[in-house]
Amino acid sequence: MILRPQLTDIKNIGYYLGKITLGLGLTMFVPFIAGLVLFKEPNPSLDFLIGAEIAVFIGLALSWFCQTERELRTAQAMVVVSLSWLVAMALGAIPLFLSGHYKSFLDTCFETMSGFTTTGLTLVQDLDHLSRTHNLWRHLGPFIGGQGIAIIAISFLVGGSSGAVKMYIGEARDEKLVPNVVNTARFIWLISIVYLILGTIILGAVGISIGLKPQSAFFHGVCIFMAGFDTAGFAPQSQNILYYHSLLFEIVTIVFMILGSFNFNLHYQLWRGNRKEIWKNIETRTFLFAVMLASLITIGALRHFGVYSGAMMLFRKGFYQIISAHTTTGYMSIYAQQFIKEWGDVALTALIIAMALGGCACSTAGGIKMLRVGIIYKALRQDLKKMLLPGSAVVAQKFHHIKTLVLEDKQVRGVLVVTCGYIFLYGLGTLVGVGLGYSPVESLFESTSAAANVGLSCGITDAGMPVILKITYIIEMWAGRLELMSVFALVGFIVAAIRGK
Amino acid sequence: MYKSKTQSAKYKVKARNLKFYVLSSSFALFALHLALCFAQPISSTELIKDAKQYDGKMVAYQGEVVGDIMIRGKCAWLSVNDGSNAIGIWVDTKLIKDILHTGSYKEKGDLVEIKGEFNRSCFEHGGDLDIHTQSIDKISSGREISQALNIKALHFALGLFYAVFLLFLLKLWRSKRGVPLL
Repeated sequence: MILRPQLTDIKNIGYYLGKITLGLGLTMFVPFIAGLVLFKEPNPSLDFLIGAEIAVFIGLALSWFCQTERELRTAQAMVVVSLSWLVAMALGAIPLFLSGHYKSFLDTCFETMSGFTTTGLTLVQDLDHLSRTHNLWRHLGPFIGGQGIAIIAISFLVGGSSGAVKMYIGEARDEKLVPNVVNTARFIWLISIVYLILGTIILGAVGISIGLKPQSAFFHGVCIFMAGFDTAGFAPQSQNILYYHSLLFEIVTIVFMILGSFNFNLHYQLWRGNRKEIWKNIETRTFLFAVMLASLITIGALRHFGVYSGAMMLFRKGFYQIISAHTTTGYMSIYAQQFIKEWGDVALTALIIAMALGGCACSTAGGIKMLRVGIIYKALRQDLKKMLLPGSAVVAQKFHHIKTLVLEDKQVRGVLVVTCGYIFLYGLGTLVGVGLGYSPVESLFESTSAAANVGLSCGITDAGMPVILKITYIIEMWAGRLELMSVFALVGFIVAAIRGK
Repeated sequence: MYKSKTQSAKYKVKARNLKFYVLSSSFALFALHLALCFAQPISSTELIKDAKQYDGKMVAYQGEVVGDIMIRGKCAWLSVNDGSNAIGIWVDTKLIKDILHTGSYKEKGDLVEIKGEFNRSCFEHGGDLDIHTQSIDKISSGREISQALNIKALHFALGLFYAVFLLFLLKLWRSKRGVPLL
């Protein structure tokens, strides 16, 4: 028998949702102040003041009407997390909609969901004339969402309650760097902010060296860093990374994309001086192997079919796109249509597989994740050993992830459930795309890019695409970022509210 | 004998004239073809979609100069947007002296027509899709975009501010009765 949620359950969810909304509203003051003080753009700043005020008002009202001192239960925490991403999408879309650079409010919702989930697919119109204030928000979105919307609330507003732990897990982060979840959340912010400062300085300096004016160079630096480290792939200009026409700029972004796709736990180990971890960890090993294989196939195919001839071209177009796909960043050094028109099926297949596999767990990257791929490989190896060895033999499979662990069936089951969920998501978007008249390859490419939070596009994503496809991709980006579990919890909650007794 | 000699000389002259007409008309046709190619600017969508077809050919491309002009030694990178896409333009710095406005939020950039060699994947520039410019014509000058303050939005923001402030005061008053502020 399904139990219908009580008013106290709804109040509990509303209370925590209010806190997250309040946190989101406060973050909108960043572009408001930057727009007013740094960029001297009063009208775009007003858009953010309005957005921030609406968010703060809703946040305060929710915490007023839903005032409670009850702790969150696990299912409630998951509902809070999944709802908070939808609320953030709608509220974060307000300032962008007021910019007049989007054809509909749905397009702005698509853009904010794409930003918060660190995807990077965009529906903006005339990006080259968008204000710096709005552009800063487009790039700040991934920086907030990459670390986690609930993590902001946990870090500053919720405190170290058990609800915080559940929300942290609900946001697809099941690894604690330090025993206390609040300190873990704060450490994630610390890593991100230190990298942000370093990254902005480096990219700003590179920007000046390639001919950008100093103010422009540092603006591009901060935007490209936030979207690169947080594996989102947005850029301030419509040409994306191609705009810079610079090998050095591309190399620096490759480094940040890889750093962003690494597990925060790995960053923590490196921070503590444990450098050996990077070579021992199952995720980094799997990532290295997968990148090498995908690069070999892609570069081989591009060279064989004469798409690019020189080594430099193959590096800057082939290898760059593979890194961009594998880290789920989505930075593009070619035009979207060139994938389908020029790349050929073999290179495209390697790129789609790289996107589907994604980066590391507990990072800003999306996709199935390297930890899961590594565990599936280890489980297959264990099963093969069991088949080959006598029945009485005990086969224990170990793997190293921060510490050496013995592979258990429970882990493998969990990994396979999430992997199947991702494959289902990739397939769902592909079916919708094919149903709407796009070719299977194009549909699979774009659907995988959305669900794995990559952001590479073969040209389908456009303001003129059907509404049903925009909604499908929004759902894919959201479900992919939350690794499905919190979305299932929300669906279960809605079903219980309708059919429960 | 004399007659036939004069006749053959006449034929030779005629043949020479014919050759001249054929050559000059084919040259004129070729020049017209080139002129037509340059006369009709090709859109960025067409250039990207049919990149192989235009690869290595002379094209005319028209659009607004946007973003930064990035000087690299004696040449520079321009971004020219025709409304659909921006394409990278590699140009000698001597040719860009007339470009005074580049498109951004605060400025409408100069409208230019580029004539140059289109590259699907430029060998010199690591495979970038670009145009190596031979000439630039400024069609119209850009301008600053005036940014008058949106009074309606300001009033709306002030109204919302009062609402938020009131709610906050109510919460503050409630917190004195033991209910947590946030």
